[in-house]
Amino acid sequence: MNKHEQDLQEVVDQAIAEQKVPHVKFKKIDPESVDIARLTSPSKETRQEHWGKGLTSLAIAVIGILIVAIIGFVGVRGLATFVDDKVNIFHFLLTSNWNPSAGKDHVGAAAMIVTSFAVTLLAALVATPFAIAIALFMTEYKSGKQAQFLQSVMELLVGIPSVVYGFLGLTVIVTVIRTIFGGTGFGILAATLILFVMVLPTITSLTVDAFKAVPQDLRKSSAALGATRWQTIYHVVLRAARPRILTAIIFGMARAFGEALAVQMVIGNAVLMPYNLVSPSATLTSQLTSQMGNTVMGTLPNNALWSLALLLLIMSLAFNFLVRLIGKRGS
Amino acid sequence: MNSKRTDRLATRVIYLLVAIIILVLIGILGNILIAGVPHLSWHFLTSASSSFEAGGGIRDQLFNSLYLLVLTLLISLPIALGAAIYLAEYAQDTWVTRLIRTTIEILSSLPSIVVGLFGYLLFVVQFGLGFSIIAGALALTFFNLPILTSNIEQAINGVPQAQREAGWALGLSNWKTIRGVVLPSALPGIITGIILSAGRVFGEAAALIYTAGQSGSIVDYSNWNMFSSTSFLNVMRPAETLAVHIWKVNTEGIIPDVNLVSAATSALLVIVVIIFNFGARLLGNWLYRNLTAAKVK
Repeated sequence: MNKHEQDLQEVVDQAIAEQKVPHVKFKKIDPESVDIARLTSPSKETRQEHWGKGLTSLAIAVIGILIVAIIGFVGVRGLATFVDDKVNIFHFLLTSNWNPSAGKDHVGAAAMIVTSFAVTLLAALVATPFAIAIALFMTEYKSGKQAQFLQSVMELLVGIPSVVYGFLGLTVIVTVIRTIFGGTGFGILAATLILFVMVLPTITSLTVDAFKAVPQDLRKSSAALGATRWQTIYHVVLRAARPRILTAIIFGMARAFGEALAVQMVIGNAVLMPYNLVSPSATLTSQLTSQMGNTVMGTLPNNALWSLALLLLIMSLAFNFLVRLIGKRGS
Repeated sequence: MNSKRTDRLATRVIYLLVAIIILVLIGILGNILIAGVPHLSWHFLTSASSSFEAGGGIRDQLFNSLYLLVLTLLISLPIALGAAIYLAEYAQDTWVTRLIRTTIEILSSLPSIVVGLFGYLLFVVQFGLGFSIIAGALALTFFNLPILTSNIEQAINGVPQAQREAGWALGLSNWKTIRGVVLPSALPGIITGIILSAGRVFGEAAALIYTAGQSGSIVDYSNWNMFSSTSFLNVMRPAETLAVHIWKVNTEGIIPDVNLVSAATSALLVIVVIIFNFGARLLGNWLYRNLTAAKVK
């Protein structure tokens, strides 16, 4: 029994000793019947609370460990190219001679990096006007049934699996490009056309949020000044929503950058610096998808692929960081 | 007058862009369904796939997809539920909470191929499980966790604060209030969230090609012993899903009817995803009407 419990015991004893009210039965409240241990130990509710909090914290910890493990594992593997195989990191980033099985002077990923960025930027460039138009339609022009219909259209576009986009690209888009431009039809243009549809819902839904966050008063003030709807949109709504639209576009780009299978099916998978939009090429993701199974763990060709994966991971973190940066600037 | 003309022009351009996107969707769906649905026969769904001849089905792939989906949800639901309850009910606005939220956002924006490769590194190589259903289910869990967590968190946040206060007023602990009051009212939203994430998991392929593998093994559907290597329930066997099958036959396959098989499989995938999407809403609304006293919003 510690000090605290002794004090409590004394208080209880004293209270019982001083009790003068006759109708209370003394036998029931004698010093022995008061369970000090129970009074000072945590109640059932407190124990439940600890149990619940512990259980849910555990789930959070799992997620935390997971992200650390992903970065750790992919990081260690990806750095092996530079640490164990002594590949120059600038050589890796800036040259485009990719044939890792031929030795450490042939590990240049520039062609894939350029293609990855090209398809990402082009897809965002094509998707943004459409996304803004749809978001404007849903928030400024129509609400209710028509907006809901467009919402379902976007949900359907999100729901279609990426391999299905890839298959359509392979059978429809590549064929069309082949007939119009000649060549194989594989390349950046085909990948852009698929990715633009895939990232459109992401950009649109975030842009809708951006427009909805613009206070209604601003629109009314603008209308009171005699501005037309388009003038209000162009000078007020778009301007006020700009940081969040930028965030939306970056989220879309992050999705385009990381998309693997759909791109792999239409890009052509030749690690060459693209010289136009319809020449076969390869992105970081497409190279990973198609080659990871063909290399032996621990060899230079395999390590080089893990470096591509690390680059992908770093870019994903960079996109996240950029979103945060713009969010801070905007607020 | 000039500004009015601009206004009219802008309106027209916006309507035009919206119309183009609707046409694109109709084109996509029409293309998949028209090419695929006629080939979707009972025979196609219930016969084994072929590696070089025409006429193969997708029986094993269909079962693998469903099995992986069930396993993934079994693993990810408890973790996501716990994490969501913590974030919605226990977390205070401190730097730790912000760090956790950032972590979940990063996890949700990771390319699925990176998640798949991590699963490959950890389970297939490090733990020596080989290409197996369990490795695939764990990779899909990582892919599913952030989305499911935020879906459930939203559902929990939608429960009115007064309900919690009523629980506390009865002398219930916070945890008991969550279990007995908050979760039942959030159930419709949680189920909707689960089904929506299930649609995503069902169509995912990039996270699976290096975890669950790209080939099937001989499967015996009458063998119920989970630990037998030919049992359909065995979690250690490699398994190709529907989405992976489409990718595989288009990039490496040599079957002559590749377009038919992929179109039919794509149609099946899209139909399932549409059912999931709309089913989630309908079921959510129905549950909301029948399980809670509130009116539908």
